[in-house]
Amino acid sequence: MLSEAMDSPKLGFNFDLYTRNHMLLTKKGLKPPGYLKTGTTIVGLIFKNGVILGADTRATAGSIVADKNCEKIHDMAPNISCCGAGTAADTEAVTDNINSQLKLHRYHTGRESRVVTALTLLKTHLFRYQGHVSAALVLGGVDLTGPHLYTIYPHGSTDSLPFATMGSGSLAAMAVFESEFREGLSREEGINLVTKAICSGIFNDLGSGSNVDICVIEKGKKEYLRNHLTPNPRTYISSKGYSFSKKTEVLHAKVTPLKELVNVVEVVGDAMEE
Amino acid sequence: MDTLLSSEGDSQRTQYPYVTGTSVIGFKYKDGILMAADMGGSYGSTIRYKSVERLKQVGKHSLIGASGEISDFQEILKYLDELILHDNMWDDGNSLGPKEVHNYLTRVMYNRRNKFDPLWNSLIIGGVKNGHKYLGSVGMIGVHFEDDHVATGFGNHLARPILREEWRADLTFEEGVKLLEKCMRNLLYRDRSAVNKLQIAKITEEGLTVSQPYSLKTFWNFAAFENPTVGATGSW
Repeated sequence: MLSEAMDSPKLGFNFDLYTRNHMLLTKKGLKPPGYLKTGTTIVGLIFKNGVILGADTRATAGSIVADKNCEKIHDMAPNISCCGAGTAADTEAVTDNINSQLKLHRYHTGRESRVVTALTLLKTHLFRYQGHVSAALVLGGVDLTGPHLYTIYPHGSTDSLPFATMGSGSLAAMAVFESEFREGLSREEGINLVTKAICSGIFNDLGSGSNVDICVIEKGKKEYLRNHLTPNPRTYISSKGYSFSKKTEVLHAKVTPLKELVNVVEVVGDAMEE
Repeated sequence: MDTLLSSEGDSQRTQYPYVTGTSVIGFKYKDGILMAADMGGSYGSTIRYKSVERLKQVGKHSLIGASGEISDFQEILKYLDELILHDNMWDDGNSLGPKEVHNYLTRVMYNRRNKFDPLWNSLIIGGVKNGHKYLGSVGMIGVHFEDDHVATGFGNHLARPILREEWRADLTFEEGVKLLEKCMRNLLYRDRSAVNKLQIAKITEEGLTVSQPYSLKTFWNFAAFENPTVGATGSW
């Protein structure tokens, strides 16, 4: 039985706790924990010299904003980045995982990673989990074959596009792209258009908000513009700041230095040998 | 049949729309109101009818645009016909303006909703009376409001963001039509029930005109559309 557990490969879900969870749900009325969703606007577009990715920075847990300034643009390789929408843990875990796989692949091949490699690794992973890994991604990068932009859906399907939007604010951002995108935009025009699309999501979608993050990827260089635009500052800040009147009194101080309690004896040869 | 607690005897009341129209967009401009709607009537996922007029005149001063169940819209037009007829019969030189028509429709929609027998429509009413521009919206549950720019259905997600950025109170007719076309083109690309045959209606103090149906030009020649598998032949 021990060898069986060691031999079976760790793929897909482990359903050992299914009966116990089902019993807890139905008989004991236990509620399962909810997910932290990113309820997001993420976009990408191809411009003259590469790819520009953009994202808002609001993470929601139901109708509460859990994180006002989270980072939704993840690193996949020095020349590839990925924006993630959906369940925050899923997007974080899946991009980290494929990031590591790409790194190992780079060491193995001695070459720069290609965007299609990241694409294939992500889509095969997501397909295996049949949509239960709720990660909707916008993948962009520049490799030797040129600039690439892809969208990846939670069930594992992909599309290659000149401009893309995902998340709850995708319609508001797509409205901006469909009316103003052209091929061959300059770097500045591209950044402005991406910012405009993210702002459209931030101000018209309730699941998106706070600031705009941008990532510009060109041949040979990647520039991450964290909080490129902050259109939602705190309106009223107390001018006198915060001060705490009474400091905690120190009544008694005792210092215990950590010192060696065990003497480690170096033995020549194998210490386990009798 | 216990009608207080169950609804078995009234199974006709729960409705599903059959033939539906998609979004309508409207906004105020310098001289009055501009509204646009395509001419599609979808039967589920089929685009069954392609010459449905979803923008209609109401009385002297108002214009109504409807999305949702087409047969319910035809019923609403009958109610409005009767309303305008009775108003004309007074023959007192007064006529119902857009604000009054909007209020009437709100009451109709809300009362139907309370009887669990809604008229499955989202309506936009616009018009100009005595120099005053009016633009309002009513939904099938009776939700109603007035604004400078309104839309129904998908138009709320795809057109309102653009209108919030680019609408101004002093738009000329040409600028207004360009803005409408920009929004309608967006809907054509991204709404599966949109058809490329639309009408634009304009209402000013002088009167109302509904344009002849026409199509929008679309662009499909992006490099990534023509060759999506650059760098990875055989993939998608």
